[in-house]
Amino acid sequence: MSFLHDYVYYIGAFGLVAVGLLILLVKRNLIKLIIGLSILDTGVNMLLISVGYITGGTAPIFSRPGLSEGGMVDPVPQALVLTAIVIGVAILALALGLAVRFYKNCGTLDLRTAKELKW
Amino acid sequence: MRLAVGLILLAVIGVGIAVSLGGIPFGAPKTVIGDHYVDSARDDTGATNVVTSVVVGYRAFDTLGEVTVLFVAALGLGAVLAAAGGGGGRSGVEPASLILRVGNAFLFPLILLFGAYIFSHGHLTPGGGFQGGAIIASAFLLVYLSSPGKRISATRARATESLSGLVFVVVGLLGLTLGAHNFLANFLPKGVPNTLFSAGIIPVVYCAIGLKVGSELAGVVDGLMEETG
Amino acid sequence: MIIVVSLLVLAMLAAAVAALVYRDLLSAVIASCLVSLLASILFLFLQAPDVAMAEASIGAALVTAIFVITIRRTKRYEE
Repeated sequence: MSFLHDYVYYIGAFGLVAVGLLILLVKRNLIKLIIGLSILDTGVNMLLISVGYITGGTAPIFSRPGLSEGGMVDPVPQALVLTAIVIGVAILALALGLAVRFYKNCGTLDLRTAKELKW
Repeated sequence: MRLAVGLILLAVIGVGIAVSLGGIPFGAPKTVIGDHYVDSARDDTGATNVVTSVVVGYRAFDTLGEVTVLFVAALGLGAVLAAAGGGGGRSGVEPASLILRVGNAFLFPLILLFGAYIFSHGHLTPGGGFQGGAIIASAFLLVYLSSPGKRISATRARATESLSGLVFVVVGLLGLTLGAHNFLANFLPKGVPNTLFSAGIIPVVYCAIGLKVGSELAGVVDGLMEETG
Repeated sequence: MIIVVSLLVLAMLAAAVAALVYRDLLSAVIASCLVSLLASILFLFLQAPDVAMAEASIGAALVTAIFVITIRRTKRYEE
């Protein structure tokens, strides 16, 4: 039980990274690869936030006048992950635009059969 | 065969990650700068949301870089799709159902108001420019779903996006001349904490970012939709 | 509390494996939307409300919408 207390978030983050990498290594359809990229991105963000967690801490917002500064979680990984989520969606939008263009040019989304066609 | 090679590679990477993660204790305080930001955020910037004061106050230059990356990605998407032309011959656009049409007429101004509330209160409650901008883009997605064949004016979306980005850079340059002579330094009064008009330049910058991200993501959705809806 | 978190992590991993296995691309996209939603709830358990709001509004709503628009413009099944 104490193993679960310590490592359940790490197992979740690493599991998402593993499934995302497996999709990128094994699958051939272009849109399935982009779905795998999105899952990989979510896994890495989960890993960053779970590293910055302090046991017994609370969210870093002084919402009530009586909150003290001790006992808050680290705010720096949260700021970095906010940036990373927005950049992830920008990359996904550009990748999907390129996939649409690829389909219009080569007529198929399969990466192995489209290797012989010129693009 | 491919699956076997993939699983072996994944096992090797997994052992590496597990060995390096096993040395990081979960839940112990790890950095010194996190405590420094939490202790001095209220005095330095006047905002009560410490994550906002890190994103727009202490590390504002990184946020400028992120806004630039988003802008370049939207620009690249427009350039790639303009050459692709219209999509594949779907004829006959049927109108949307009654629930979507009536719901859109009722919900569109409420969703815009909610998004504006979130990005204007970014320094007091959880929220901020990026979350509010995404909610505004969802409102425009609802318009696209409920009225097929209707497009928002691309000129106005581009104008809003460019003007908001310009406001962010101009605020930074004003900090160079008026404030502490650094780029993006604070030059407006800090005010009373936990009120709306406080925290210096943070509400101004977050309003600009919220409008910019909202019109940008709406333009991305507009570019991917084909001509016949 | 730890039981709830473990069940949520298990459901998130099951949805990710479902996105790997399904051949219908529309079902795979809905599975990836479920991964994003459960990750947003886990961010709340890790005391990060800003990140949870960003992941829910950007990851679960807009990314799924632009995936569905793109699939409508290309093929739906994987082969």
